[in-house]
Amino acid sequence: VTVQELESQIAEWRAYVASAPAVDGQDVDELEDHLRHQIAELTEAGLTPDEGFLIAVKRMGDLDALSREFAREHSGRLWKQLVLATDDETARSASGWIEAFAFAAAAAVAIQVARLAAGFPDDEPTWFARNIGLIVLPFLAAYFARHRHLDLRGWVLTAAPFALAALVINVYPWDADSDTEMLVALALPVTLWFVIAFPYMGGTVKSHERRMDFVRFTGEWVIYYVLIALGGGVLMGLTGAILEPAGIEVDRVAAWVVPSGAAGAVVVAAWLVESKQRVVENMAPVLTMLFTPLFAVMLACATVVYAVTGLGDAFDRELLSVLDALLVVVLALVLYGMSAREPSASPTWMDGIQLVAIAGALALDLMVLGAMIARIGDLGFTPNRTAALGMNLVLLVNLAGAAWLSVRFLRGRTRFHRLERWQTGYLPVFALFAATVVVVLPLVFGFS
Amino acid sequence: VHIDKDLVAASATPLVLAILADDESYGYAILKRVRALSGGELQWTDGMLYPLLHRLRRLGYVTTEWRSPPEGRRRQYYKITDDGRAALADQQRQWSAVTRALNDVWPGSRGLLTAVREA
Repeated sequence: VTVQELESQIAEWRAYVASAPAVDGQDVDELEDHLRHQIAELTEAGLTPDEGFLIAVKRMGDLDALSREFAREHSGRLWKQLVLATDDETARSASGWIEAFAFAAAAAVAIQVARLAAGFPDDEPTWFARNIGLIVLPFLAAYFARHRHLDLRGWVLTAAPFALAALVINVYPWDADSDTEMLVALALPVTLWFVIAFPYMGGTVKSHERRMDFVRFTGEWVIYYVLIALGGGVLMGLTGAILEPAGIEVDRVAAWVVPSGAAGAVVVAAWLVESKQRVVENMAPVLTMLFTPLFAVMLACATVVYAVTGLGDAFDRELLSVLDALLVVVLALVLYGMSAREPSASPTWMDGIQLVAIAGALALDLMVLGAMIARIGDLGFTPNRTAALGMNLVLLVNLAGAAWLSVRFLRGRTRFHRLERWQTGYLPVFALFAATVVVVLPLVFGFS
Repeated sequence: VHIDKDLVAASATPLVLAILADDESYGYAILKRVRALSGGELQWTDGMLYPLLHRLRRLGYVTTEWRSPPEGRRRQYYKITDDGRAALADQQRQWSAVTRALNDVWPGSRGLLTAVREA
């Protein structure tokens, strides 16, 4: 009877340990083995199984603290540990809901004010395009700053880049039809997204694990945003179909709903990632698993095609932007796939496929660079060419490093950890590059 | 002697690496060895050993392997790598620098002994 009792006690303990989200089945096996060892030793020393169990459990330590420790180590399994303190689940989701929607509503109102001031969509002043990131993203930053309980210093450090960016891009004397201004409109949201990393990580920007969390967050935010956008598209389509017969033009409704929806969804998607991420948690690895091989094949084909035909004739601005977009997507996929991977696992076929994708991207990048340098040699530097050249160089270094480390990892020469470090260590380079395009490039080209 | 929590935490990594440098081992055996080495003065919470071991694995300092002995339960064995040995050597240098400094500044028995010997 005592043996049975002991077994049921162990089973109960095991179930409790296993309920911690960051502790997986093998960890529980390992802990249970430890517990059984300890009990066996104590009973050999003369204790009853019951007493042995109590002492062994006590020695194992506080299970909450233990599961926190596991969560810290396996943040990939439970990266929301950073988000959730220890408060009660229901209380959190209730208040979190209100908080998120307050910030989303504020963003939605802000964009409407800006839109009315700009007279969009009848009028499309360039200041509106240039400032769009500054109108929406501060609300996301504030949401995280509040959510992470940043202190005054944290708030100041979060707000400072926004203030600086607002100052810089509105003080610069832009020419009419300025290329640099359009580049700023593209690069500023990217820069500000990296700024949001600061409140998102609760100020701990040096931590490589937290940086990986931010990568993961970004990937899942994109997924949620696309889902919301799709739903919004269906809603607008149906609204139009219903209102058209009544003589109401859907465009006039859309002018109000679409900007507000798009701005509010920025915060709502972030909140969804934070709170409802279990759904995506299972979806994300599947998506990367599905698309990494497809992109690898596509890249391999593209590389072969362009290697045969040459990039020279077809190379124009449009193809360049398509190729650059492709490279960014591949890098994002690789990064995101990396963040969804268990770091201690040994190489699998997926890592091989990733290497194919990286190698393809690398080859394409080299070809683009070659064509671009030739073009710059013929026609000289323009803001667009300079920015594109810089971006391709930044990508080239990243991809080359990733490829080199991937090869070493696949051959068992290095740990996955190094690969992860390379990418998380490289994130500031992207941020810096985007910030350079915003701040320095217009100065260099005289705001033309 | 009660050893401060931070000190226990700081010494955990070199201790585990040193034990694994002797021979590969598994969780419970590592913990027993720690207890024996410190005469029970290093108070570890048993469970905390595992997140630590997993961290060492992620850093590439140890490799792991599940083995099922013919009788009994399957068990995860930890084995030190070359990176792990390098990390251990580095830790050893750091700790001996710290103990040397403390010995010099404290008029303890060993600090005195060296002083006597030098005189």
